[in-house]
Amino acid sequence: MNKKNPILSVKNLNIGYPNKLIANNISLSIHKKELIAVIGINGAGKSTFLKTITGDLPKKSGEIKIQNQALQQLSSKEIAAYISVVFSNAVFSQNLSVYEVVALGRNPYTNWLGLLNEEDKKAVQQALRLIEIEDLANKKCNQLSDGQLQKVFIARALAQETDIIVLDEPTNHLDLYHKAFVFKLLKKLSQKTEKAIIFATHELNLALQLCDKIILINNEKAVIDSPENLIKSKILQQLFPSDLIQFDELTKSFKVNTDF
Amino acid sequence: MNLRNKLIYFLLGGLILLLFFLINISLGSVSISFSETLKSLLGQPIENQSNAYIIKNYRFPKALTSILTGSGLAVSGLMMQTLFRNPLAGPYVLGLSSGASLGVALVIMGSGVLFGFSSLVFSSWNIIIAASLGSFLVMLAVISASFRMKNTMGILIIGIMFAALTGAIVNILSYFSPSEELQKYVFWSFGSLGNLSAQELSILFLCWTIGLILCLFSLKSLNALLLGENYAKSMGIQLKKNRFLVIISTCILAGSITAFAGPIAFVGLAVPHLIRLIIPTSNHLVLMPAVLIAGATLMLICDTIAQLPGSELTLPINAVTSIFGAPIVIWLILRKRKLVF
Repeated sequence: MNKKNPILSVKNLNIGYPNKLIANNISLSIHKKELIAVIGINGAGKSTFLKTITGDLPKKSGEIKIQNQALQQLSSKEIAAYISVVFSNAVFSQNLSVYEVVALGRNPYTNWLGLLNEEDKKAVQQALRLIEIEDLANKKCNQLSDGQLQKVFIARALAQETDIIVLDEPTNHLDLYHKAFVFKLLKKLSQKTEKAIIFATHELNLALQLCDKIILINNEKAVIDSPENLIKSKILQQLFPSDLIQFDELTKSFKVNTDF
Repeated sequence: MNLRNKLIYFLLGGLILLLFFLINISLGSVSISFSETLKSLLGQPIENQSNAYIIKNYRFPKALTSILTGSGLAVSGLMMQTLFRNPLAGPYVLGLSSGASLGVALVIMGSGVLFGFSSLVFSSWNIIIAASLGSFLVMLAVISASFRMKNTMGILIIGIMFAALTGAIVNILSYFSPSEELQKYVFWSFGSLGNLSAQELSILFLCWTIGLILCLFSLKSLNALLLGENYAKSMGIQLKKNRFLVIISTCILAGSITAFAGPIAFVGLAVPHLIRLIIPTSNHLVLMPAVLIAGATLMLICDTIAQLPGSELTLPINAVTSIFGAPIVIWLILRKRKLVF
């Protein structure tokens, strides 16, 4: 992995809202082919962190660089060519077909009317093929299950052809099968497309098994490391009160404390 | 649907529009034959001089006004429904018609109530200027509010609040007004497609063209907005700039129409739904021209009915659009059992 050229680098970053600091002094860099989970308890600042690095929320201080360019100097259209996003529980027009949703991912590249050229159509087809939803292309979104919809929106992000894909809790509302499916899909995509994929999640056990790196946000601090190192550092044990949930190093998973 | 099919559909729609345009002109209190209508429109001399006069000075401008108002209101309704992600939105959610109503009410009834004298002589320009000024001021208030608002839904509520406010003032004015003035105001609020001079019609046409050009430039971002504001933003759409573009376009379209033809309510709300129920797409590149043609056609049909062919009477256009249009929309929704939005 080329450690020299991170796709995204963050230095001494403070995130939060005008009157509220969420986390401070975050420094990390993200490279291509990495699958990275952002974990932390509710309200720790996972979404705030993701919103800040996608330019949706102004940073409080510090530095964010995408491909060595300062984030605040990029226009929203330029950012859209570097980062695509998959939101959780977005309200959208159910009347759109799968193809139309994926094709909207070409938005940063299309002309003033938004018409698709041959290259755009190719990118859409390729995204559909990668996610294996070509047979759904002409279906309307209101005919799809939650799991299928999530695939469609991941395909849309792929069609945007960005170096980074950011997902906000992509396994929300999904059953265990689809949760594991989406995790594996993201892993496969990060390997195959060489993109950096960053996502917030509450599925700690799955994240520890599959991710290359984990960003742990806890008590206003953010740590980035591989799952193995995080387990060794015993930092995971501090995430939850131990009388309720404990981390079991042997099975590398969180367990409910059943002692009463 | 591929491109060729789309073109065929639009050609068909255009032909239907043309047909109703001719029917609209040939029917009225005096029935003029189809061939005479065609000849007259193509500039050829026809035998009956008075028919030629009626067509040139009365029916042709009225049919053109119908097309401009119907299409303009329907397109602004479509833009508002997508911008606010609300199926109940229409061209008047920004308070345009309430502003115009207030302006006109002040001119017709206000002088009597506020200053103790009443003048019943109003030129059509007085009304037009009052309506424009009224809708412009209310629009300005809503736009300045929209710059302070982070979410679009708030603008919707502000528009409704302005409508309630101006409606209340109009009510007070009506309460204290003598019956002739009240009747004159009520007649204005029914809407009217006739009575436009060539000069007025050309101003309306200019506003319509500018409004539609602005709309064309917002089609791409309207499509992106179908995925919600978050997605639109993540795809590089500048939300505030686009919102401003859509609002300005609607204000020019619906504002000018209201000034010249009065507050015509139903078309802007219903036609986009009508089209969405017929054509199963959300793509604005298809919806916009379809809504344009359908709005114009519907307005021509409604105006033809309002003339009550063969009789001297005419019905208020505002009533006809609703009486004729509402059952169609209800029937279509019931048939499909759900409204996909």
